[in-house]
This record gives sequence, structure tokens and C-alpha cells, in this order.
Amino acid sequence: MALLDVRGLGIAFPRARPVRDLSLTVGPAETVALVGESGSGKSLTALALMRLLPPGGRVAAGTIRFDGQDLGALSEARFRRIRGRDVAMVFQEPMTSLNPVLSVGFQIAEVLRRHEGLSARAARSRAIALLDRVRIPDPHRRVDAYPHQLSGGMRQRVMIAVAVACAPRLLIADEPTTALDVTIQAQVLELIDGLRRDLGMAVLLITHDLGVVAQWADRVAVMYAGRKVEEAEPDALFAAPLHPYTRGLLAASPRAGGAGRGRGEPLPEIPGSIDSALGQPGCAFAPRCPLAEAGCRAAPPPALVRPDGRVVACLVAADAPGRPPARPPRAPEVRRDAAVGL
Amino acid sequence: MERSRRLLHVLGRALAEAAPTALAILVVNFFLLRLAPGDAADVLAGESGAATEETLAAMRGRFGLDLPVLDQFLAYLSNLAHLSLGFSPRYNMPVAELIGQRLPGTLLLMGLSLGLALALGLLLGALMARAPGGVLDRVLSVAVLLFYSVPGFWIGLMLIVLFSVKLGWLPSGGARTIGQNLGGVAGVLDRLRYMVLPGLSLALFYVAIYARLVRAAMLEVRSQDFVRTALAKGLSPAAVTIRHVLRNALLPVTTVAGMHVGGILGGAVVVETVYSWPGLGRLAFEAVMARDFSVLLGVLLLSSLLVLVANVAVDLLQAVLDPRIAVRP
Repeated sequence: MALLDVRGLGIAFPRARPVRDLSLTVGPAETVALVGESGSGKSLTALALMRLLPPGGRVAAGTIRFDGQDLGALSEARFRRIRGRDVAMVFQEPMTSLNPVLSVGFQIAEVLRRHEGLSARAARSRAIALLDRVRIPDPHRRVDAYPHQLSGGMRQRVMIAVAVACAPRLLIADEPTTALDVTIQAQVLELIDGLRRDLGMAVLLITHDLGVVAQWADRVAVMYAGRKVEEAEPDALFAAPLHPYTRGLLAASPRAGGAGRGRGEPLPEIPGSIDSALGQPGCAFAPRCPLAEAGCRAAPPPALVRPDGRVVACLVAADAPGRPPARPPRAPEVRRDAAVGL
Repeated sequence: MERSRRLLHVLGRALAEAAPTALAILVVNFFLLRLAPGDAADVLAGESGAATEETLAAMRGRFGLDLPVLDQFLAYLSNLAHLSLGFSPRYNMPVAELIGQRLPGTLLLMGLSLGLALALGLLLGALMARAPGGVLDRVLSVAVLLFYSVPGFWIGLMLIVLFSVKLGWLPSGGARTIGQNLGGVAGVLDRLRYMVLPGLSLALFYVAIYARLVRAAMLEVRSQDFVRTALAKGLSPAAVTIRHVLRNALLPVTTVAGMHVGGILGGAVVVETVYSWPGLGRLAFEAVMARDFSVLLGVLLLSSLLVLVANVAVDLLQAVLDPRIAVRP
């Protein structure tokens, strides 16, 4: 059974519905990547899972089950006992996500004292151990440091320490490396993956970096304008993208899918912008899609599961041949040259 | 270790900045007061109805008022160097003794007012920030606006009318019940009864400022990323508000409160007059009317020092509250 089972999730704001009919599962100890460009609704999905939607936003449709339990049915107080303990989150901005006037040790200890009822002393020594665990050098000294005394990478490590302090079963990482420079990015992702293995926790990795997806994810769901357009294992996705949007994305990457293109030629691009999705009764991608047919504009295409296990929400591409996933369950050493940001 | 060293640095820097300021205040005070026409001898002579040139000259000679201004200044400085504030011709006693009698009353009143203003301001501000735009926020906003715009002496008079004249709950003036020698708890309670109304009328203006400030600061802090992190830890709303929001919202409040110490001292003149409170403010007022410059200088000097000390204290408090404040070479 899936650890996290999201069905038909819809997020509504007074004047917009940024996420619609999103279904997603994450199995125990699995890494699922949620990719999409800015404004596709991936971060809002993560915040909805944590019940941290910005003011005005609410879950308007669908169910979120965690370990069989319907999270939507829980009272605020009951949910707070799960939040931070069983489900934890790492945010995008390490520079602002820590309280500037409290020491990092206090901020790590705080979550332990909340959920495990530890004394200040016990929580402090656990905080030191956690700092060591996230590879912060000299943890005995750093435990009293304030966020402004640490670099961005260190702060994100502290955020990870806060998130994994109670050994959660699901870690939601919302673009954890976007604000960091490239060498640090790899270290931080490696750290998260190591913790995933050690703690047996599942990871929902939100990113717009296809390279990150290729290297770390067991499964990837591509979002466009608030809907999931395609879901597959990374190898299958990169080898044979089904949805025209995914195809466009990969074609627009400097190397992947660029075969046959000579040097110096401009990269292919997807015409138009995501704004064209606004108010579309049919497929949100239809205005930009080279394959769009009349039927595409009538109603949003349902996300269909194909015989090979892949999911695609496209009338045209549903029957297209996709290479069956021929890949061991997890091969972290597989590094794709397709690595590129959106 | 590191923290106390940082605080010491901040203290040293604040003191180093305060010393030249104190000196400048000294000089400006002295020469500014000489610009006012007349002196203590004129007033004394006027009050006694008649005085000859000789008696006036004798009086001036006795108090050193006939010396050139620069000599008077040097004499003043030399007095100060000997830790003496001079002698009051009007009260016929050393200025230090005179101020010593009045200082505790004013400090008490100021402390109470500032404490009251901060406590009420924090409370009201936090209540208003809970649901911005809600009914409570609107009602309190209007009340706060009223506190802000109504002058202190009028509030003082109205409080007297309500609580002393109509209800008879609290005394209308003075500092303690005369003729009763109360000690211990009863004595403290008696003093407190006399302080409530003047303290409140002095505080209400500042309550308004702090309430608005706390409201704005809390709303701003609440939208920060680290508050979302705190919520993501599963902390209760109360814990998030107290540990994460309020703590950060206090920073601007302490800055402003430090600057208000001087303002409260000024407001004390009015309130002390309305409530016949025996404090420094009223002494200063009387000294002006009597052209008693040595007393006035003493009061001004002491007030300036009080403000400087308050500023140093605020610098230190800020450094305690905000670890990012440190020495910049």
C-alpha cells in the first residue's frame, strides 16, 4: 500500500484554481519527483500536503491519505501531531526559512521537544548528533550558532536536520537545492538520499531540474498548469517521453533529444507561454501543442494508465509507443547527460 | 562566552558614543538658558514687591550671577567636576538635594508608565494582529486612535472626573495619603493607588504607538518564511506566536521605546502638574518660572543622562534580542 495516496486533489483560491484533479502516490522509502515549471502548482501541492497553504488557499477537492489515514478528516490539533513528526518538509529558501534570532540548536531541539517530549538538555544533545548526521563540521560549536553565521548550504543542512529530527516517514523537499550553488546541490541531494536509505523514509522531491530527476528519482510526475500530464520512471520518461509537453521539454534541453541538430543552431523551444493555459476548457497545453486536435480543446484529457504502467494525460499520445521501463529498481550511479534545468 | 563578549563590545560602543553626547548637552544647555531674559534675582525681587539696586547686586554677587558668562560656565564645570550640581537661590538648598527628593517620584511614574504602555501595547497589538480587518481589530484601532490623538492633560482631567469625582475609587492627586504612616504592603498599595491615574494618563499615548507598532510588526513577521517552518514543525499556534513571531516583532518596539524615554520625561511635566505629583517635571516647570537656572540645569542634565542611559540600555537589550547585532569595526 502506498504511504502517501493523493486522489483528485484540487486547490482553490478565491480567484484561481491552481491545482486540479491531481493524483499521486508515494510508496514507502520511494523517491518521487514532481516536476514542472514555475506556476505549475507543484509547490502548492506540497504545501497542501502540509496544510500550509498561503492565506485564502484551501483544498477544494480530493483526498489525501497518509498511511491509510485520511489527513483531511483530522482536526487541526491532531494534524499538528503528524506534521513535523511523520511528515516533514524542507523548504526552498534556506536563507529565510530559519528564525534569525534563535540558535540553530534551539530550532532543531524545538521539534524534538514538541514531538518527543525531550528535556532541553536531551534535545540539545540530540540536536548536536543531528548536526553531525547532516555533516556539519564541529557540531558542538555550531549548535549555538545563529543562522546568519552559516552559509546557505549549511543552513539547508540545518533545515534537513530539523525535518528528519523525528525520523519522518515522508519527507517533502520543495526545491531544496534551487537557492544553492551547483557543487552544494549535489551534496545536499546526496545527504537527503542517504537519510532516505538510513531512515527508510519516502521522499517527495519537488524540482524543476531534470538532471536531479534523472539521478535521484524512482518515479517522476510532470505537472503542467496544475495538472499531472505524465508519470513514469525516469529512464522510460527520458528515453521516450509521451506527452507533447514532456517531449518539448526534453527537446529544449541542450543535449537530450537534440540529436541531429548541428552546433550553433538555436535550441528548439515550446512556443507560447504557460499563461495560455488560463481559462482553457480542454487540455491546458492545447494552445501550445503541435499535435492538438479538435477534441483536445473540448475537455481536459483524463490521466490514463497504460498497459506498461506509464500514465499520460493526452488524447493523442495515449497510444504512442513508449519504451518499457528496463531499469533496476534503483541505480543511483546512473547519471544522465540530459541533466538540465527547465 | 561568545555571547557575553559580543554584549560587552556593544556596551562599550554605546558608552563611547554617549560620552561626547553628554558633554555637548552640557554646553548647549548652559548657553541656551542664558538666552532667556532675567535671572533668579529679578524674580525674587519682583516677588518681594520691591528691591533696591543694592540688594539686587548683593543677591547676584552671592550667587555668582554677576560674573561674566564664561566664568559662570567654568564655575559650573568645576562644580560638576566636584560632583556638585550647584546651589539654588530660590529654594536655598543644594540642587542635588532638591533633585534627590524629586527624582524617585518621577522615576517611579516613568517606569510605571513605560511598563504599562509596553504591556498594554503588546497585548492590544497582538490582539489586533490576530485577525486583521476583523471586528476586534477595528474596535481596538479606533480606541487606539483616540488614545493617540487626545492630549495627555485632557485624558488626565477626564480620568480624575470619572474615577475620583464620580466613582470616588482613586485619589485625584498627590503621592500618598497624608497623615497616615503606612508601612509594608499597605504602604505600597497606598502609593500604587496614587500612581494609577497619572501613570495611565501618561501611558495611554504610548500604548497607542506600541499597539500600532506591534500589530504591524507581527503581521510582517508572520508572513516570513521561518514562521512557516515553525508551523511545519507541528508547533501550536501559541508557541509559534510567542517564540517566533513576538520575539522578532519586539525588535522595532524596543528601538522606539528607547527613544520615548525622553518624550515621557517631557510628558511628565504636564501630568505631574495635573496630578500635583511631586516629581522632576514639576520642579523643572517651577524652576523655569523662577529663573532658577542652577536647578533647571541640574534637572536638564539629569534628564539628559537618563535618556542616554536609556539609550545604552536599549542598545544592550537589542543586542540580547537580536544576535545579528554585533560590533562593526
